Amino acid sequence: MRTLHLLVNGDRLAVAAPDHWTLIEVLRYRLGLTGTKQGCDKGDCGACTVLLNGKPTLSCILPASRAEGHELTTIEGLRPAHCAAGGEGTDPVQDAFDRCDALQCGFCQPGMMLSARALLNENAQPDRKTIQEALSGNLCRCTGYTQIIEAVELVVADAAGVDPVLPAWQVDRDGEDLPLAPAVEKATTAEGDN
Amino acid sequence: MAARDIHGPKPPWGEHFQVIGKGHRKVDGLAKATGDAIYADDIVLPGMLHAKTLRSPHAHAKIKAIRTDKALALEGVHAVITGSDLPECYGVIPWTPDENALAVDKVRFIGDEVAAVAAVDEDTANRALELIEVDYEPLHAFLDPNEALGRGDPQIHEGRKDGNVSKHVKLDFGDVDGGFEEAEVVVEGDYSFHGTTHGAIEPHCAVAQFGADGNLTLWSSTQITHYVQREISKVLDIEPQHVRVIQPCLGGAFGGKSDPFSLEFCVSKLAMITGRPVKMLWTREEVFYAHRGRHPAQMHYRTGATRDGRLTAVDAKILLDGGAYSSFGLVTTYYSGQLLTGPYHFPAYRFDSTRVFTNTPPCGPKRGHGSVQPRFAFEIQLDELAEKLELDPIELRRRNFQGDSTETINGQRITSNGFLECLDKVETASDWKERRGKLPFGRGLGVAGSMYITGTNYPIYPNDMPQAGIQLKVDRSGLVTVFTGGNDIGQGSNSVAAYLVAEELGVEVSDVRVVAADTDLCPVDLGAYSSRVTFMVGNAVIDACRKLRAQIVDTLAATWECDKKRVRLMRGMALDLEDSERAIPMREAFQLTEAACDTLGATGSYNTPKLGGDYRGGAIGASPAYSFTAHVVEVDVDCETGFIGVKKVWCAHDCGRALNPRLVAGQIEGSVYMGIAEALLEDHKVNRFGLHDGPSLLDYPMPTTLDTPEIEALIVESVDPEGPYGAKEAGEGPLHSSIPALANAVYDAVGLRLTDLPFTPAKVLRALREMKSAAGA
Repeated sequence: MRTLHLLVNGDRLAVAAPDHWTLIEVLRYRLGLTGTKQGCDKGDCGACTVLLNGKPTLSCILPASRAEGHELTTIEGLRPAHCAAGGEGTDPVQDAFDRCDALQCGFCQPGMMLSARALLNENAQPDRKTIQEALSGNLCRCTGYTQIIEAVELVVADAAGVDPVLPAWQVDRDGEDLPLAPAVEKATTAEGDN
Repeated sequence: MAARDIHGPKPPWGEHFQVIGKGHRKVDGLAKATGDAIYADDIVLPGMLHAKTLRSPHAHAKIKAIRTDKALALEGVHAVITGSDLPECYGVIPWTPDENALAVDKVRFIGDEVAAVAAVDEDTANRALELIEVDYEPLHAFLDPNEALGRGDPQIHEGRKDGNVSKHVKLDFGDVDGGFEEAEVVVEGDYSFHGTTHGAIEPHCAVAQFGADGNLTLWSSTQITHYVQREISKVLDIEPQHVRVIQPCLGGAFGGKSDPFSLEFCVSKLAMITGRPVKMLWTREEVFYAHRGRHPAQMHYRTGATRDGRLTAVDAKILLDGGAYSSFGLVTTYYSGQLLTGPYHFPAYRFDSTRVFTNTPPCGPKRGHGSVQPRFAFEIQLDELAEKLELDPIELRRRNFQGDSTETINGQRITSNGFLECLDKVETASDWKERRGKLPFGRGLGVAGSMYITGTNYPIYPNDMPQAGIQLKVDRSGLVTVFTGGNDIGQGSNSVAAYLVAEELGVEVSDVRVVAADTDLCPVDLGAYSSRVTFMVGNAVIDACRKLRAQIVDTLAATWECDKKRVRLMRGMALDLEDSERAIPMREAFQLTEAACDTLGATGSYNTPKLGGDYRGGAIGASPAYSFTAHVVEVDVDCETGFIGVKKVWCAHDCGRALNPRLVAGQIEGSVYMGIAEALLEDHKVNRFGLHDGPSLLDYPMPTTLDTPEIEALIVESVDPEGPYGAKEAGEGPLHSSIPALANAVYDAVGLRLTDLPFTPAKVLRALREMKSAAGA
């Protein structure tokens, strides 16, 4: 058993944990930060990704002792950091993933979003290839990655103040959360059918 | 209203939808985005123990003795159980209960469950597993389905009357032999589909708590809460009203969580023995043993056609490798034949399908259950036919289109059918006419089509009750709560329920809460399988809403002293169409109605109409609506390395009506991704000893962002007469034809007819060499 000193999502914490534990065990079992997901426990899938000093790191294969004294961001830290910086709602990455339905089952997405956040912190205007490379360590089984890439591109477009490129299915349809058209005016001329 | 009422595809208020057809957020999207969503492994209960499973090291062996005393004596161990503690057999299909939570007298594959330990933590439980002693007497292991077909001794499941055959189905429709006599062209060939697995990123996990009041609560990562409740009740001998099964947020399934699994019984039993909550989380390796993935299939197909390209007969012989247990195998065997009879008209059709047991991880339903393999074979045959007849492959498919509002040769009722529009869309989007057959050597385009069920009218255990039930609670706060037994496994079925309520009752989506998949709280729904949830739960939601809506409209009409036809509920408001002064928030409308009608609530249900052919098995594969799909795949084959690069996939899918097109696009894209992955990368198999070839996400190569091709999802809306506002399925259909379309694209690119999956570079190189030497000879 050893005591670890960590800066987790802005909080300075001292945590006792068995010597052989990995970082994910400390996060999930000691700190209750269950947003960090365990998909394979072997460093293959990326679901356990957290940011260690800002860098995407596989917490399931990192001995917890290696995090001693370092700064960690888990998925639970993104929204508070965004709020602390004066923002509303969630981190733009989280919001864009939600808007684009990049979250189907959602299990891989905490890791995926942290990889995306780390990329955007380094490079606010990545192109598609750069995004794909930055996320290539995070497996997703639901989406085929398309809406994930679209979500990151939406953050990039929003930051640049330009319109994102719409996917084919979305052309000629109302986009994300547009007003619930056609509103009351049309209803007032429609035939009743109660 | 009754469960079989059809509410029609029209918008509930006027001519236009307010909510449906637009890209809304999901009801649980932000909870998932922030890490707030609770999955099974996130549940921690006071005093909770951790359980682990001992697994068989033998592919096939009798268990002579098990000694658990040393394990039980280890400090921190609270209980050890073996097969004798849970002797009752179970199985998702009630006709084939051949599984035990822990092996009773024999083990049937490497990884089969033998014993389980509950201890203070996982490390202690793992140490205890090493102290359990098992004496095995190895038996001959069947690893090849052909051997299992030909040899019945030893039997993998003793006492069955047909050796190692799990299920045999032989059906013929129309005059097959006459059809082949009439045929002017016949193509015939062998096709082989390998095993693949689901690969959901969340491993299976279950937590059980047994209250002092005798009530068992089980949280499980399952897509079939209702069936798990039934099987737990049976195996643990607890009356079902004392078994509560809850599906927390689920981290993907794809059919891989649609059986009752050993861990659910083990944690329940261990919780009962110890009086403490017990959790079991499977490792990724254990998930590969649990499997239930796509059946490896060896298929022989013969297809006849006239000179103008009209099909005259199809004849299929299929051998399915079922692995060690039945799982859904009875259904799989039927599906392997029954689901091929669209989108093309078959004048005559015969299939002979056999599923055998082998000593390998059990196969089951994976996305596109049972029908992805035959679709692969048949759509390649259509390509071969087109070539022989010198017809464009899309034109050949058009000529054989079965139409809508028709019946298939095997008695399946087809309602809406947007397949022609699917073909048109992929043809245009891929620039097919300009590019197919005209690209440089190495590059090519291929097409394929398919159909799939939207749920089935076969409810696994025969009963006359609804397949889907809904309860609605309307609150004077303005909140509407939907209680649904439906399992949201990431596909968004909870969100769909909320969109439908918002449309029907005129409230904002954010004013609808969904309580789902909790057998204590929610009316029964049969679960998330066979692409049934949107259709069936959706219809049940509309059914319940219509009852509430009538109460609200009556109350408002009485209050406003106006005709009921003047009342509208939309966008959070109740309106009088002819008096713009009269517009009140829905909250007030609810309060007026509650005052007039007492506490507000409604139930709704859906059941399928009577469907299917009048013959044994005729109901299996009968669906209230079928979805249709067409794919065009563009490949770039590297003849030096044998590597097939997929440049782009166009997938047009007829989902009836896209209730939320973004969710539909997500299902299409995810399906295409999974199909291409099966075709090129993934291979679930055992070695010559029966040991899994690589039970990890490194050895089982699922595509990353860099391996996934560009996918263009094209939505076709045929508006089904019976779907909720016309909707059909979108979750499984769009996988099917991606694989044969890829194979057909390889033919266009290099003239190579690949029929043996997966298309690895080594196989492609070998085939290219053989083709060259044959050409030179």
